[in-house]
Amino acid sequence: MSDAPTTPRSFQEIILRLQSYWAAQGCAVLQPYDMEVGAGTFHPATTLRSLGAKPWAAAYVQPSRRPTDGRYGENPNRLQHYYQYQVIIKPSPANLQELYLGSLAAIGIDLGVHDIRFVEDDWESPTLGAWGLGWEVWCDGMEVSQFTYFQQVGGHDCKPVSGELTYGLERLAMYVMGVDHVMDMPFNDPDSPIPLTYGDIFRQTEEEYSRHNFDGATTEMLFQHFKDAEAECERLLAFDPQDPKSGKRIIMAHPAYDQTIKASHLFNLLDARGVISVTERQAYIGRVRALAKKCADAFRLTEAGADQ
Amino acid sequence: MPDLLIELFSEEIPARMQGKARDDLRKLVTDGLVEAGLTYASAGAFSTPRRLVLSVEGLTAESRPVREERKGPSTNAPAQAIEGFLRSTGLTLDQLERRADKKGETFYAVVEKPGRQAAEIVAEVLEATIRAFPWPKSMRWGSGSLRWVRPLQSILCLLTDETGAHVVPLEVDGIKAGNTTEGHRFMGNGRFVVTGFDDYVVKLKRAKVVLDTAEREAAIWQGAQNLAFASGMEVVPDPGLLAEVAGLVEWPVPLMGRIADQFLGLPPEVLQTSMKEHQKFFSVRNPKTGRIEGFVTVANIEAADGGEVILKGNQKVLAARLSDAKFFWENDLRVAKAGMGEWVEGLKSVTFHNKLGSQAERIERIAALAREIAPLVGADAGDAERAARLAKLDLRSSMVGEFPELQGVMGRYYALEAGEKPAVADAARDHWRPKGESDGVPTEPVSVAVALADKIDTLTGFWAVPDEPTGSKDPFALRRAALGAIRLILANDLRIQLATDKPFPESEVIQPGEFSPFEFAYLSHLDLEQPNRLRSYYWTERDFMKVISKAGMDPYNHYCKQTLKGFEKGNRVADLLSFFHDRLKVYLKDQGVRHDVIDACLAMPGNDDLTLLVKRATALSETLKTEDGANLLQGFKRANNILSQAEAKDGVEYSFGADPKFAETDEERALFTALDKAEAAITPAMQAEDFGTAMAAMAALRAPIDAFFTAVQVNSDNPVIRRNRLNLLHRIRAVCSGVADLTRIEG
Repeated sequence: MSDAPTTPRSFQEIILRLQSYWAAQGCAVLQPYDMEVGAGTFHPATTLRSLGAKPWAAAYVQPSRRPTDGRYGENPNRLQHYYQYQVIIKPSPANLQELYLGSLAAIGIDLGVHDIRFVEDDWESPTLGAWGLGWEVWCDGMEVSQFTYFQQVGGHDCKPVSGELTYGLERLAMYVMGVDHVMDMPFNDPDSPIPLTYGDIFRQTEEEYSRHNFDGATTEMLFQHFKDAEAECERLLAFDPQDPKSGKRIIMAHPAYDQTIKASHLFNLLDARGVISVTERQAYIGRVRALAKKCADAFRLTEAGADQ
Repeated sequence: MPDLLIELFSEEIPARMQGKARDDLRKLVTDGLVEAGLTYASAGAFSTPRRLVLSVEGLTAESRPVREERKGPSTNAPAQAIEGFLRSTGLTLDQLERRADKKGETFYAVVEKPGRQAAEIVAEVLEATIRAFPWPKSMRWGSGSLRWVRPLQSILCLLTDETGAHVVPLEVDGIKAGNTTEGHRFMGNGRFVVTGFDDYVVKLKRAKVVLDTAEREAAIWQGAQNLAFASGMEVVPDPGLLAEVAGLVEWPVPLMGRIADQFLGLPPEVLQTSMKEHQKFFSVRNPKTGRIEGFVTVANIEAADGGEVILKGNQKVLAARLSDAKFFWENDLRVAKAGMGEWVEGLKSVTFHNKLGSQAERIERIAALAREIAPLVGADAGDAERAARLAKLDLRSSMVGEFPELQGVMGRYYALEAGEKPAVADAARDHWRPKGESDGVPTEPVSVAVALADKIDTLTGFWAVPDEPTGSKDPFALRRAALGAIRLILANDLRIQLATDKPFPESEVIQPGEFSPFEFAYLSHLDLEQPNRLRSYYWTERDFMKVISKAGMDPYNHYCKQTLKGFEKGNRVADLLSFFHDRLKVYLKDQGVRHDVIDACLAMPGNDDLTLLVKRATALSETLKTEDGANLLQGFKRANNILSQAEAKDGVEYSFGADPKFAETDEERALFTALDKAEAAITPAMQAEDFGTAMAAMAALRAPIDAFFTAVQVNSDNPVIRRNRLNLLHRIRAVCSGVADLTRIEG
């Protein structure tokens, strides 16, 4: 590549560069979804918007939680709370791979020196009833992104197909900046008046949430909340679309989907607490998937999810 | 004679799919061309991660004209018949020809298809091929409806003859065929025009793409060996990995790195598996230490810095992976040194199958069965039982959790670490074998005992559920398990009566060997709810009652009734044996033994002793290949037919022994002598199970039997003579029936 990209100096600089890059490619730069999710894919801007025929292009950072991955802030690259950068474009453009490679260059990866590879990796989310084909992208043998062409979401065929890119931000940033432990990574510019590392911001919370996830959370309450979310989701979808108050046709697909997200996170917490047996596990995943499917069905009946 | 070049250029094709895709492309296109009336001299298919290519040389420029003629109904036929003929041919009445023949006048449909240009045919065939390409998994992309393995970006389709290169006009889902392609993703220089296959290969190489997979493989292997050699090391050969890596790069650049010292203490299998599975690295061995000390990674780019950054990055990823592996290894060693009790506990909560209990329960059964089988395979019963108890514990280890393919290999390390005997530890590794058709069979007696017990427990278990394979469905790989057991028995020349129904033991305490392995294993499954509750054995209902009262149990309680009910379902053991026989037939057929030869041997008693069965089949098969053997078969069948008919007619069995004094002719007397001689040879041979010698002695009867039938009329008018001759035929039947039931041989 001709113009040598500079190496970013901080975690936030990488995020900012990705934001400007994808904004320049015409994506709507959205904000994180305001709920606890396991991955950027759960944001309704990806799950629901990948359904139906309406063109869509969005990019966003999504804080993600995987309660079982908590390591009390000690593991160099495992966190129960981390960031994903997510890009979703429908229909997938013919040059999506080129666009993606451009984003790597933008964050300081010199494509003339590094070995970038697209290695087969088919994506499937049993909780979302979704799957797609694509690759994990390797940079010098390290997985830096997932690249997926969505084929089905919530049991519905994706027509047209969305292209989805997911960057694991911490891992990518650590690699780009040559940092060995995530907690040592500069979050803001190291020359700032008040330089902050990732550890300054998250070490304590990793400890607190690790204890919470493994030992603290009240399981009876979580089980009850799971049931409540499940019931609420189904209840919201059972409403007559015709709203008597506004006189409009309003299907509550998004509010119902919020309950699906909740149920999914509650299941992850219960899993971390070790109170779900191997056989029950499948049943819980099936229950979340059933909700996701119902939300997808409902969204397809709305304007944003329609075929035209 | 034009040459055809096709390139289907796409986003990265999974490495594992490329080989079959090359074959499919060549076959589908060339079959299509030939079917449409073209011929060609040769065809070759190629692939890289981003392209699938076919080159066809010496294609005919157009297809031959075809004239098809079909005879229709008579011109006097009913209107319906004529209409039907018109419909089926797609012609109108005035297009039909009328031809006079003997019966009057008949309609003929004559369709002349003119020859078609190659370009037209190629376009049709290629479009059909693309649309129906048998990818194992395919996808849609963008707004299109076409399916391909990953987005298809361009099609190059050229017919090149003496007048130059011509693009074949073709469009598939908006993609127009052209005459351009592009080279390497990072080192190529935009799209370029191609005029034919040779030009294509040269220009691709200039654009940093090696088209031929074999050439890439050779370059990787040579490069890797050179790198290793330069530092006094050697690359561990791995053809599977080589093929995969060649499918991941268009321009291979091998780079060698060293494994950090802190990881060199890991077992070589762990280093190799971790590097191969996660990183696609080749392992590099130091011949002086015998250890895996380095790796070769294959980059897809000639980096500006000579690969320094790439190597450093890969080394870093490897260090993270091996840190995990080291953590697992150290953690596992701690458990192993403490006697693996943690894993024993853990397996209690791992379900093997919802009706066959937990892994821990299964291990109990296998241990009992291994102890039972041990004397039959020359193993120490205590060692076999001990090995069976340890063999599956590594399923709970962290390392096997991470790398399931190391199952067994790790078990051996951990058993040694726990202070077990080498033979017992080896069984942890080898009892899984043979893992597939190409895998070898263990020969160490303890391993053999556990391997057999493992497989027989699985099979009898699924027979007891019952959940045996049906049709093509075999989710638990029971056919493979049966074949594995068969190979274990045959390769080790084991003499085991797998399923013989033995008399009920009278002893108070059950002695080893009182039940056949199948019965023993099957009975341990019968109460599927509580597989360990009844450690006693029964065969008939009466015997069952005796056993349970001996065990001080109430024969009329619920549990016993349930068990009895299960038992009444019929003899599943016999059914399982016939499943083994079916597998054995397939196995022997692959070795060239005929189906009917096996059937003939299966009809003999003791057919649950597979080694004996195969000895019979081999001897019979070899004899039938000789001229004497084939003729003997005819003679035997003739004797048997005459005898059977007479026996059916007369309602008696002619088995009183023929007397030579009633013999009338020399041929008859000669046959008596020959039979005496044959019997004298066959009896000891049969006792020694030397079926080859026995069959040879039978084959020697061929000439006297032939001579007998030529000279002698069996159904003589003299009833004494007739009876004596029938009794003589009976001797032939008896003498020839020792090895196999020859009536089942075809022909």
